[in-house]
Amino acid sequence: MAILDSMLKGFVGGVHPPENKITEHGGIETAPIPKKVYIPFSQHTGKPACPLVQKDDVVKIGTKIGESEGYISVPVHASISGKVTGLISHPHPVLGCSLCCIIESNGGEEWEQSITENADYETLSKEDLVNAIKEAGIVGLGGAAFPTHVKLSPPSDKPIDTLIVNGCECEPMLTADHQLMLEQAEDIIKGARMFQKILEAQHLIFGIEDNKKDAAKIFRREGLEVRVLKTKYPQGAEKQLIKAILDREVPRGGLPMDVGCVVQNVGTCYAAFQAVAFNKPLIDRVMTVTGDGIKTPKNVLVRIGTPVIDLIQFCGGYTGKPKMIIFGGPMMGIAQYSEAVPVIKGTSGIIISTQAWDTEEGPCVRCAHCVDVCPMGLMPCEIYKFVQNKNFDKAKEYGVLDCIECGCCAYDCTARIPLVHYLKYGKNEVWRLSK
Amino acid sequence: MNELFVVSASPHVRGKMNIDLAMRLVIIALVPALSYSVFLFGIRVLIITAISIGASVACEALMQKMLGKKITVTDGSAVLTGLLLAFNLPPAVPLWLPAIGSAFAIIFAKQLFGGLGYNFINPALAGRAFLMASWPLFMTKAWLAPANGTLSGIDGITSATPLSLLKNAANYGDPSIIVRQLNDFDTIKNIFFGNIGGCIGETSALLLLIGGLFLIIIRVVDYRIVVGYLVSVAVLVFVLPTKGTLMFHLFSGGLFLGAFFMATDWVTSPVTHKGRWIFGAGCGILTIIIRIWGGYPEGVSYSILLMNVFTPLIDSLTKERVFGELSKKKGVKK
Repeated sequence: MAILDSMLKGFVGGVHPPENKITEHGGIETAPIPKKVYIPFSQHTGKPACPLVQKDDVVKIGTKIGESEGYISVPVHASISGKVTGLISHPHPVLGCSLCCIIESNGGEEWEQSITENADYETLSKEDLVNAIKEAGIVGLGGAAFPTHVKLSPPSDKPIDTLIVNGCECEPMLTADHQLMLEQAEDIIKGARMFQKILEAQHLIFGIEDNKKDAAKIFRREGLEVRVLKTKYPQGAEKQLIKAILDREVPRGGLPMDVGCVVQNVGTCYAAFQAVAFNKPLIDRVMTVTGDGIKTPKNVLVRIGTPVIDLIQFCGGYTGKPKMIIFGGPMMGIAQYSEAVPVIKGTSGIIISTQAWDTEEGPCVRCAHCVDVCPMGLMPCEIYKFVQNKNFDKAKEYGVLDCIECGCCAYDCTARIPLVHYLKYGKNEVWRLSK
Repeated sequence: MNELFVVSASPHVRGKMNIDLAMRLVIIALVPALSYSVFLFGIRVLIITAISIGASVACEALMQKMLGKKITVTDGSAVLTGLLLAFNLPPAVPLWLPAIGSAFAIIFAKQLFGGLGYNFINPALAGRAFLMASWPLFMTKAWLAPANGTLSGIDGITSATPLSLLKNAANYGDPSIIVRQLNDFDTIKNIFFGNIGGCIGETSALLLLIGGLFLIIIRVVDYRIVVGYLVSVAVLVFVLPTKGTLMFHLFSGGLFLGAFFMATDWVTSPVTHKGRWIFGAGCGILTIIIRIWGGYPEGVSYSILLMNVFTPLIDSLTKERVFGELSKKKGVKK
């Protein structure tokens, strides 16, 4: 199979879990304004934002409540209008607990005055566009939440020839990007064109998996270059996508800009366009609420900071006794310990499951399925043993830092070993020890 | 808020294949060959197999109990070891022999090294090698003629299996005539379908091929080891001075049993892609060397055991190329 795959230019490895995209034809519904939001100051890769508000401050929708700290950071904005009732440590979907701004809604919909249509956005300079994107708090909405303005400012010695717009949504169960492409194709295209202009990239290519041909058709009709890719996880991972579309390999430890490309998620294109054309900061996003534990799975437009319990109620409540709440997709999502965690910028989906994975791990029988499916060419079965034995030098030598944590190895592990868990731990230890 | 949720590491979905299922599928893939063997050699085959499996499972449970481990005989690995050992025994061996072989396989080759996943050689083959060293007469002479043919696959010669006939042709008459008869289409046909004498599970190349292909399709067996093994045997048969033809060497003895079911044992074969090609090829080369120049007519089991020992070395020398690694060939520049 590996030979066939490389002949088809795709990446080697990967798995094909059951897609279960039950909300595929759902359309996007707008969730009601929550009574309270919990907006963390750290929602992105990089330094947390620095709070600008205090208890009892009155805020409107789009009021900046946190200023970016340094270059790899973005500001945070209020997503509802009302009163700040406190800045406290609150459950956070990624960090466990983190400083959050709690805003109690006044029931109204008052927007910050500056949020008006910017008809002549096309005349803005590159620098102004990048700045507007940063000020709107835009981050990569595919999940990693890396500040978008950083990706749009490659150093001058790394010219970008191709912008890839990522509409793969290779995670099973999630359909938010798919729906967004169907409903907001026009704005996505405008956003993508804007990115292309900023990066001065000659080519703009949309990458979409072949289970979303309807979306691919829309972009083709607009005269854009669309690559329909095989539905295979992790097709939407940056490095694998570049390999599949351009047959270029991002060097180890490198970034897409090293091979002259930038990848942006469709949701990010949409949000950035809104930010520039309407001065609208990132205060809401589209996500999928699904799983066997929820009565009516939906694609919803949600305000950032909405506690997950509100969304569960909006989607009809639990079907049975919920065992797991997962933020993100089933392959890379993070299991939550509380219903109080808020939705953040990087939350692409919420899965409510009535089943929990039986985590008893067997002995490694060296079946090498993990080696076969690893899209990074790693040997997880060897690395996890080095990590278990705390032999972090060896783990590093075998490429633990190249792991993208996609989960293919653990998905296919016949001994049910939580390989991603070991590799993540190994990565952290390697980083810690090299400091 | 007072609900407790399960928090575990991603991914939160898992594939269908697991160790227990894989073991059962391998056992299922071996059933056609076993059934045919019962037809060829009689109910005795079933008794030997049952004793072998029974002893294997009993020893596994006993060892795990003694070592204070969880008893995991239901995972099917001990059953498979017992079954494969029985497949490697001549059908007329005394009934205590499989029990001793199984005991050695499980106790010394598997459990003392840490149990499933930690043994460095294939337990069933270790058991066979032990029996071969201890009771060579039973292991090389206790043949039975098949119900529908002769031991050698040739009419009139009833005291040797095809491979030993090839090796010691002079003992049975005019060597050139015997070699010609062995490479005759009718004999090859008998060998392919299994209408010859031999170990319990090795006679029918056809049924082993069907079971093996099934395992390759469902990804329990890696095609690289099998292809590497068979291709290297084929190449050497052309290159080296041997009296047997290509078909004769491929279908005779336990080659298919070894290539599809024993060399591909997960635990004792390399995990890297290149390593699996090398491992398969190494098995093939050693098999032919033993068959042509060695002291035994058959070389499959020793070739695999020898390559098992090289597995850690092969793995460490054939690491996978990490995505984005600068290779001389591709010339990826920074």
